[in-house]
Amino acid sequence: MDPFVVHTGVVVPLDRPNVDTDAIIPKQYLKSIKRTGFGPTLFDDWRYNEPGEPGMDHSKRQLNSAFVLNLPRYNHASILLGRENFGCGSSREHAVWALTDYGIRSVIAPSFADIFFNNSFKNGLLPIALDSAVIEQLFRETEAQQGYQLTVDLPNQQVVTPSGQTFDFKVDEFRKYCLVNGLDDIGLTLRHADEIRAYEARRQQQAPWLF
Amino acid sequence: MVAAKTLYDKVWDAHVVRQEADGTCLLYIDRQLVHEVTSPQAFEGLKLANRQPWRTSSMLAVPDHNIPTKDLAKGITDPISRLQVETLHDNCREFGVTEFNIGDPRQGIVHVMGPEQGATLPGMTVVCGDSHTSTHGAFGALAHGIGTSEVEHVMATQCLIQKKMKNMLISVDGKVGAGVTAKDIVLAIIGEIGTAGGTGYAIEFGGDAIRALSMEGRMTVCNMAIEAGARAGMIAVDETTIQYVKGRPYSPKGDHWEKAVAAWQDLHSDADAQFDRVVRLDAASIKPQVTWGTSPEMVLPVDGMIPDPAQESDPVKAGAIRAALQYMGLQANTPITSVQVDKVFIGSCTNSRIEDLRAAAAVAKGKKLASNIKLALVVPGSGLVKQQAEQEGLDKIFIEAGFEWREPGCSMCLAMNDDRLEAGERCASTSNRNFEGRQGQGGRTHLVSPAMAAAAAITGHFVDARSL
Repeated sequence: MDPFVVHTGVVVPLDRPNVDTDAIIPKQYLKSIKRTGFGPTLFDDWRYNEPGEPGMDHSKRQLNSAFVLNLPRYNHASILLGRENFGCGSSREHAVWALTDYGIRSVIAPSFADIFFNNSFKNGLLPIALDSAVIEQLFRETEAQQGYQLTVDLPNQQVVTPSGQTFDFKVDEFRKYCLVNGLDDIGLTLRHADEIRAYEARRQQQAPWLF
Repeated sequence: MVAAKTLYDKVWDAHVVRQEADGTCLLYIDRQLVHEVTSPQAFEGLKLANRQPWRTSSMLAVPDHNIPTKDLAKGITDPISRLQVETLHDNCREFGVTEFNIGDPRQGIVHVMGPEQGATLPGMTVVCGDSHTSTHGAFGALAHGIGTSEVEHVMATQCLIQKKMKNMLISVDGKVGAGVTAKDIVLAIIGEIGTAGGTGYAIEFGGDAIRALSMEGRMTVCNMAIEAGARAGMIAVDETTIQYVKGRPYSPKGDHWEKAVAAWQDLHSDADAQFDRVVRLDAASIKPQVTWGTSPEMVLPVDGMIPDPAQESDPVKAGAIRAALQYMGLQANTPITSVQVDKVFIGSCTNSRIEDLRAAAAVAKGKKLASNIKLALVVPGSGLVKQQAEQEGLDKIFIEAGFEWREPGCSMCLAMNDDRLEAGERCASTSNRNFEGRQGQGGRTHLVSPAMAAAAAITGHFVDARSL
């Protein structure tokens, strides 16, 4: 996994609550057995005028020019600003893979669905929950100022605006450690293999029907 | 004195392998269910790192999302779908994981198959790369959906890295009226607390109305905990649970059975257990429900009117109502019963069990589909549900009424196979999500109970199934 330390990037505002993972990556693309290549079909139903299917050359499809991701001012955006309950619905990690493959490094919203939130950390995508009033301000500033950028500073747990205003955010210590260092958590867990085996042995005595 | 615990506290505590200073835990997983969509990248990850699954006997696999529901003899014609199903089969063979493949009567939707086989047991931790894993909480298990990276993590370590969630009790007090089902109860709950109401919580469903439900009904309720934002929904173990589990292929036998039943007696919240949030609903006031919008919280009782964004003071919510009305092609302030339907889908991990099919058949018996219905599908949750329904003659009732009787799978709940809505088509569906495009791009989904779906099929529009 790529480490996440400090990132500065253009912000794209997606102004609707309850953006679900079906919208982030529609089901037909879940047939892939790979982790890569989902970027061109991120928000597929909203991004293109015609339905898409796996195997198409997506660069030849007609874009929906009204969709915010297609507005020239948000070209190369790497920070997505969202509303409440971002990433709700299906557990598909493909939603995170689509965002990262597109180039999004951080999603900032008032709240996230739990599974999406978890999946993000496993893939170097940093989800940041900020107060609704702050989110409202960031929407206003993003829409008012072309090329609006934010800096996300994970070690200091701050979002910094172009005017230098800072907003603190919370992140679990363990997740921060893994993300800053780009660590594979399976390797970390396997360092405790003896404890897992000891638990199993105890449990097998107490509840043998589970084994 | 030992502190009083909730059901969630008890199952959680029994599975903690180690805890870090910040509260992050390694949680031991008893059962991992696997399907074809969210597992290939996890198996690939194992291979790339040269790792073996920690305990293959904890795993049970079944293809369900891509499976065609007719002409199975032709196989899967879509080559990309076929490759995904074959990849699951190859991975299961390579790693020695038990799989119920196409043609096996045990094949079906993973969340129907697990409980049916007794592979889901009270007090277990259960995971699957599928958000509707919450279904298994109906057995007093701690069950939740995980992403593919976590699927790989559980395969490799038998553990999940987790922080404990908060406790919420949703108590449905009193008795529901005749003809009001588990689906109506859970949709009413989501209408009450919203799709993010349960975020960060494990929800325990309690109260007389929940206790009175069959295991099928309890699974329907826990299945949609995720639609209320909670990864896990749970229901305390009682005699109904134990009778359901008894004698199933993976259930404990003999001496183990006696020991297990004794241990399961503790799988309920202590009388003085503390919950971080308590929500109470009056069962008697719950009517049959119909969703009108593009989020499960956009739900109405069947005698309700489609909402008006002008009446909503929150601008974000008003915007969401406007967008949903436009997508759904609906007018504010009209009765939901005036809305006509094009297709009907009875199935999914929410409502494809025998009791669901019986409820729909009871409405359809001796009637015919309305002339405006283009297609009405009945998709049993597993091969065994299908066999049981056929023994009871339910298939004939559906076929005589004009429904199509199909093979088991996820089908039109998410339309990864050929069963789907075309743009603009409106569906009365017993599934769990009415998101934009969920059942096909441009498709319009209304979530209802099996009886309400059958009633819509017969009359051509939404109607109170109790009035037929």
